[in-house]
Amino acid sequence: MSFNPRYNYGKSLKESGWIPRRKAKQQDYNRIGFMSGLEVHQQLLTKEKMFCHCPAGIFNHHDDFDAEIIRHMRPTLSELGEYDGTALMEFRTRKEIVYRIKNETACTYEVDDTPPFPLNSEALGIAIEISLLSKLNIVGEVHITRKQYLDGSIPTGFQRTAIIGVEGELAMPKKKIRLIQLSIEEDSCREISDIGHRRIYKTDRLGMPLIETVTYPDFVNPDEVMEGCDYIRFLNRSTGKVRTGMGAGRQDVNVSCRGGSRVEIKGVAHTKWIPELTHNEVFRQWSLLRMRDFLLEKGIDKNNWKTSNCEITENLDFSKELLKTASGKGIKLIAVNLPAFEGCLSWFTQPGKTFKNEISDRLKVIACLEKPNCITSEEIDNPLDDSILSNVREQLSAKEGDALIIFAAAGEDIKTALETIEERCIMALEGIPEETRKSLSDGTTIFERVLPGADRMYPDTDTAPIPLEDEYIKKLESQLPEDIIDRYNKLKDWGVPEDVYTYIFSRNLFPLMEEIIGKTGVKPSYIGAFLGHELKFAEGQSKNEGEFNYRILLRLFEFLKEQDYDFALAEVMIKDLMKHPKMEFESILASLRHKRVGRDEILARIPFLKQKFAEGKKEIDELKQRNWVMGQLKASAIGNIDLQELSKEI
Amino acid sequence: MDKDIFQGYKGDALEVLKKYQVRVWGTTRVETTRGTFEGTVLPRAENDDDKHIVIKIITGYNIGIDIRNITSMKETGYKKANYKIPEKQFPVTPGLPKVKLFGTGGTIASRLDYRTGAVIPAFSPGELYGAVPELADICNLDTEKVFAVFSENMGPKQYIALAKAIGKEIEKGIDGIVIGHGTDTLHHTGAALTFMCQNLPVPVVLVGSQRSSDRPSSDAALNLMHAMRAAGHSDIAEVQVCMFGPTSDEYGLLHKGTRVRKMHSSYRSTFRTIGDTPLARVNRNEILPIKKNYNKRRNDKNVKILPYFHDKVSMLYYYPGMSPDVLDAMVEKGYKGIIFVGTGLGHVNKELYPAIERAHAKGVHMFMTLQTLWGYVHMFVYDTGRDMMAKGIIPAGNMLPEVAWVKLSWILGQTEEPGDVKRMMLTPINDEITLREPYNGYLVYQGGVPEVEEFIKKVHK
Repeated sequence: MSFNPRYNYGKSLKESGWIPRRKAKQQDYNRIGFMSGLEVHQQLLTKEKMFCHCPAGIFNHHDDFDAEIIRHMRPTLSELGEYDGTALMEFRTRKEIVYRIKNETACTYEVDDTPPFPLNSEALGIAIEISLLSKLNIVGEVHITRKQYLDGSIPTGFQRTAIIGVEGELAMPKKKIRLIQLSIEEDSCREISDIGHRRIYKTDRLGMPLIETVTYPDFVNPDEVMEGCDYIRFLNRSTGKVRTGMGAGRQDVNVSCRGGSRVEIKGVAHTKWIPELTHNEVFRQWSLLRMRDFLLEKGIDKNNWKTSNCEITENLDFSKELLKTASGKGIKLIAVNLPAFEGCLSWFTQPGKTFKNEISDRLKVIACLEKPNCITSEEIDNPLDDSILSNVREQLSAKEGDALIIFAAAGEDIKTALETIEERCIMALEGIPEETRKSLSDGTTIFERVLPGADRMYPDTDTAPIPLEDEYIKKLESQLPEDIIDRYNKLKDWGVPEDVYTYIFSRNLFPLMEEIIGKTGVKPSYIGAFLGHELKFAEGQSKNEGEFNYRILLRLFEFLKEQDYDFALAEVMIKDLMKHPKMEFESILASLRHKRVGRDEILARIPFLKQKFAEGKKEIDELKQRNWVMGQLKASAIGNIDLQELSKEI
Repeated sequence: MDKDIFQGYKGDALEVLKKYQVRVWGTTRVETTRGTFEGTVLPRAENDDDKHIVIKIITGYNIGIDIRNITSMKETGYKKANYKIPEKQFPVTPGLPKVKLFGTGGTIASRLDYRTGAVIPAFSPGELYGAVPELADICNLDTEKVFAVFSENMGPKQYIALAKAIGKEIEKGIDGIVIGHGTDTLHHTGAALTFMCQNLPVPVVLVGSQRSSDRPSSDAALNLMHAMRAAGHSDIAEVQVCMFGPTSDEYGLLHKGTRVRKMHSSYRSTFRTIGDTPLARVNRNEILPIKKNYNKRRNDKNVKILPYFHDKVSMLYYYPGMSPDVLDAMVEKGYKGIIFVGTGLGHVNKELYPAIERAHAKGVHMFMTLQTLWGYVHMFVYDTGRDMMAKGIIPAGNMLPEVAWVKLSWILGQTEEPGDVKRMMLTPINDEITLREPYNGYLVYQGGVPEVEEFIKKVHK
């Protein structure tokens, strides 16, 4: 047997030109035509949900529910009379969807047993404010639209969503991002599990208002995508009217390479994951295109390419694992022949993954076959026995250069699985299928759904359009915070170190910082560094992250000023303050055994300490001496004298 | 001409479209004081204002543009939507029962109607097969649009037309009949057809949907499958309403047309049998009987079609302090039959007595039903009840108010002789009055009670 899957994997990896991200340069991305855009989701801070009066932001555990409801989704026609591709795919999967409901957070609206109530005006106002900040053209009338989701994540089968503005832009320090649109929409259910033909959701998050900011695909490298995402989130947070914390902000990242297709990486929870994910995705596409060329060079005609299959009835050792995960009545072991596909099933796609994964992922999602759901003729780690292979090949009348997939399934799933395999292989001959992919923590992605198109949109017949009058827009305009880029420039002018900007913007601390400067006269560069270093560090150490009210800091600096302490005393106090936010400042100082000492008194100790350092030394290194003296004085000096001044005096 | 080109636009918005010569379905670029917008102009719903133009932008979303902000507009192309449910030949499978589906305008399969912005039904077997292909595994289907009205517009004329159509189909040898119907008055029609189509040899199943079929979570497809299963395969040859049992997509319930009522404005499981249990449960594959006694399917065609209806029958929903002139006015306007919907065991206040006497003297037929819906009228318990009976009001047992209205209308369409009317009213045709109320005929569980919550967690509501 001449074909070696491991060798083939390495060879295809090389051909794709894949390199680790840390080694990649802009020219590498230019070479393969990196292109990316963002859809940034942000929950809005409202008391109630978007279309009903259930409270927003109350969450429950998986097992804590009051009732369950079962639904099945069917595709329906779009407004323009088309069926949507994703809808048809989801219908093929024939999932039973179970919703777990908690009475406190779900009413009859969530489970689609009552029509929507009027759109939450608080949410609408926030969405318009953010649209204005994003320089979008605000629509004259808001039309609620239904966006179909047949995966069951919304019990109605569609998300109610509406455009607030189109064509905007957001300035980053070195680049402007063009925005396509901003919409307001209801959040979906949270998935609990998805096994076989049964998917379970909970409805606590369902219906909470969020906005989605969509950019043009203007980003040219993975780091820039992350930066863009950060800036959109900074902008959202600058209003102080959005939710923060786990899951409050999520993004979908669209990526393609030259000649590739738009692939949407869904639900990326942290911006810092974006670079690795986009890097891997653009190379996955690039590698699959090389595989297409490899196949076409063999002279395959995609219009006449067909798989063949047979049932394996022998009880073979390798099939145990497949049979273990298979479910249903009358499970069969099926072998599928892929003509002329040798070399593909071990073809590199992402680090540690091959084209086999593309098929296996779809078998899981579309045919509901739990993993491991297939074994191929090109297994890298545990290759199939030659004798088994040739046996099966014989049954299939396979030719040299054909590849083989074996799966186990029952009933209707067999048909779906066979269709799925053939479909994905034919797509490989065409290019990159448009799809949504789920991100994994190792920076790779797996198939989630066929990418939905504009065909899944449908006007909501349950709601009336909402006109947005000029006066209303003007009123909202008058209360907007300043642009992030202006704040960025201010920080720069003030000489605040750049490494703290992200922290300040992501916590929306800029307004507080300005207030502290205005009321206490503290140096901007000092307070900036204090927030970005000392506060961030203390917060990282603390267990009550997210609960600390930053406004206490204003009182702290006012206290220091009133008491005529040096502001540096805040650095000592912050850790305890974080732990006990309700404690009096005086008490914190007492617990730190801090004493007020006069400036002259401290300075008076210098000569004595200098002498002490010099004792028994032949030569005196002045720098060492100064540092030593500083060290001796620091504890009593802090808060009582400016440390830089003290250093000078020494 | 304008109507087609500027579908739904009127007043100022129409003038703007005319001025810039942009048609509905035209792609356009609009310059406004709020920036530039591009998309396809969509028709506008009739009841919306004349200050906005609706366009579909490239991402598929619809937005409205305030015409007062438009500075210029230009048509750049034209693309009319072709909205059509894919039509496929409904296959004929030997051995499967023949089922006839009558369309009345319900939302079994529907599409968007720009005039109202709501949905309108689509219907042919081919369209239905395109939307719900599973139907072909249940029966051989034929459809007929008897008329197209919304549920709330269903009335005596439609009952009569349906009864006659049912008679004709049975004559032709059909195995079962399904009637697609809006849900609001499904139970009125259920009662009317029970009285008008007696001695049925095959099932007649009324079905609707609480969520229009243009949404993925619609109950329409499953309801239709359940109804076809019941019509084609069930042994129960009665007029039945087939709708969701629980709100989950699990099974349907078959309710007697005379004992069913819509009990929630929007729940899927809105139809309940009142004062009794439903006839049976139905899922995609089988009928699971609940009641043991029912009229069985037969091979003959001996149905009796009695298409009568008197349109001068009304209902009087009593409220405390009701003034007698309300009743006087009805009598004055020529009403021949009045169904009282009284409080408690069947009461109205004393102030109405003289008016009741006057109505009785004029030969108005009066029957008492209950606001409580569950339970029997008991007019012997209190003096007021006895007084009223003496004044000519006849207790109607545990007949539901709407059913009593339908029945009295149907009877007065045949006779106005007081003795006959009373006898016919009180002689049940199909359990509109039952002799006994089973203990499980009244189950309205109270949420919050721990045992109930425990139950709801396990059994889908």
